[in-house]
Amino acid sequence: MTGLLRRIWDSAVLKGPLVPRSDRERALVTVHTLVLHLRPVRLPARTLRFTHTFGLGGSTLVLIGVLALSGILMTLVYQPVPGAAYDSVVALEEAVRFGSLVRGVHHWSAQLLVVVLLLHVARVFLTGGYHGPRRFNWVVGSALLAAVAVNAFTGYLLPWDQLSYWAVTISTAMLAYVPWAGPLLQRVVRGGAEIGPATLTAFYAVHTTIVPTLLVGLMAFHFWRVRKAGGVVVPPPRVGEPPEDGGSGAQPRSGESPRGPSVGIHSRREPPDDENVLFVPNLLVREVALALALVAAVTVLGSALGAPLGERANPGLSPNPTKAPWYFMGLQELLVHLHPVFAVLVIPLLAALGFVLLPYLTDDDEPAGRWFLSATGLRAAALAAGVALVATPAAVLLHAVLGERLPAVAGWIGGGLLPLGLVAAGALGLARLVRRRFGASRNEATQAVVVLFAVAFTVLTLIGVFFRGRGMALAWPWAA
Amino acid sequence: MTGAASPEPGSRRRLLRRLWAALGVAALAEAAWVVASFLRPRRGDAGRDAGLVIAGPVDRFEPGSVSAFPAGKFYLVRLKDGGFLALHRECTHLGCTVPWVAEQARFTCPCHASAFDLTGSVLSPPAPRPLDLLPVRIENGVVKVDPRQRLRRAAFDPSQAVSP
Repeated sequence: MTGLLRRIWDSAVLKGPLVPRSDRERALVTVHTLVLHLRPVRLPARTLRFTHTFGLGGSTLVLIGVLALSGILMTLVYQPVPGAAYDSVVALEEAVRFGSLVRGVHHWSAQLLVVVLLLHVARVFLTGGYHGPRRFNWVVGSALLAAVAVNAFTGYLLPWDQLSYWAVTISTAMLAYVPWAGPLLQRVVRGGAEIGPATLTAFYAVHTTIVPTLLVGLMAFHFWRVRKAGGVVVPPPRVGEPPEDGGSGAQPRSGESPRGPSVGIHSRREPPDDENVLFVPNLLVREVALALALVAAVTVLGSALGAPLGERANPGLSPNPTKAPWYFMGLQELLVHLHPVFAVLVIPLLAALGFVLLPYLTDDDEPAGRWFLSATGLRAAALAAGVALVATPAAVLLHAVLGERLPAVAGWIGGGLLPLGLVAAGALGLARLVRRRFGASRNEATQAVVVLFAVAFTVLTLIGVFFRGRGMALAWPWAA
Repeated sequence: MTGAASPEPGSRRRLLRRLWAALGVAALAEAAWVVASFLRPRRGDAGRDAGLVIAGPVDRFEPGSVSAFPAGKFYLVRLKDGGFLALHRECTHLGCTVPWVAEQARFTCPCHASAFDLTGSVLSPPAPRPLDLLPVRIENGVVKVDPRQRLRRAAFDPSQAVSP
């Protein structure tokens, strides 16, 4: 019997060393295994530094894996019909053993995924990982970001409690402001005039089938393009002392580094900065450690805090205040201040277009791999962040104070073109300032402008989530 | 049969290639049409369970009063001059349900603090237009409302009210 099992096992697993003892065997492990062969055999040691990438891209993959597993488990219990959905979620929480844990892990992985993904985008942008052969991968990454956003949003409706019902009501009501196509668009998304059975069925299908399928395909393409570009961007070498400002720039491709002896798993020393090292064990142990830490984190969060579940959805009673999912609160905050066509269509469209086209709007010859490009880039970005941190709350407060008295700050011009023009002029002014005063390059100025907008949007989101109380009036977070 | 018969073999190849391309485009268009038609929102499920709502006899409603009809998703308003208006309960801003706050004599939206007066006119933004109207009929002293039709309007006009 054991002989038969052994023969099956031996034929299923390609023969390789179980515990590799030499570099050659370590390389063979990578080449001969299904999962590991997706990774390079060797990689530049400098890319191993945790502060270079913070492992953010890999973390998104781990979280998506956790989401898939916990989500598949929940499909065995959940019923996507308005009359039964809420009760099935209650059953998941109360009757199914570990149901509340699985749901909690799913919830917290999803929250974390949005955050980690945005940080990954920030990392790629701020280390210049979108130039040259990586440009199109930025576009693929944008599609992945959109797919994850769609899944976060469709998942929001499924519990069918007051929070999900009204958040999705107002989020889809925003669509109606799109000129000409708005009402049709809204009917298509809702599957009818109002949120009902058609909406829930469609959202469930999108959430559990359509987007996950897209994600798998897009992720495979994304990772493949990272490999084809030679792995993650290579940071400049450490310069003796603590890293200083000298413009040594990024290092040429990894191939030029000498192939010194690699570092074994039992070695205590850090791999030398300028060599290529084997994937096994150097990167493998780091990735596994990070993955385990992440899984532990979402398990703790999920079991300690669980996932929220409010009252059953009641179309006759809007809670006060009604808020969109937190990652849409920046948009909802814009909607408080601006003409709806601008808040819902013009600004998101401009932002999305600018985001996707970013690699094609910047100079391509910039050295990649260095955080904030240079000391000048860092100073310009810090200035931009500071401006956004001060100007955004100031603008929100000013509008709250003056808005009632000045009917001019509404409508197409006052609530749309005028503020948009002011913001654009401010951004251009900032770009000109950092180019003149700091001697920033075109890319450093672009980086500052992107940082300005990113920080401003983050502040708007924080204001919407924490500083809006009853009737969406400004309030302290602890006042509610 | 190939070379000699045709004077220009290249043109036939080009023609065939174009035919294939045209067929491919047609096939794609058909597939897109199927998907688009499939995804088109279905009609008629909104007012499926809500037929004509019989609100009640005229004298049951005091002038200046507001009565909620949750089944039809509207408020029946009797103006001070005795005219009737049926206001859809959905805020014109983002579709929240607006409750009638009797102490302040206004509809206040919980989501973004839009406010509407008795006639549904906007008292404070961000709502862009008055509450939608539903058609009201008064037959034999009984008020009836058709919740299946929603009428958008730019402003309140006394002619919108139906007098008994």
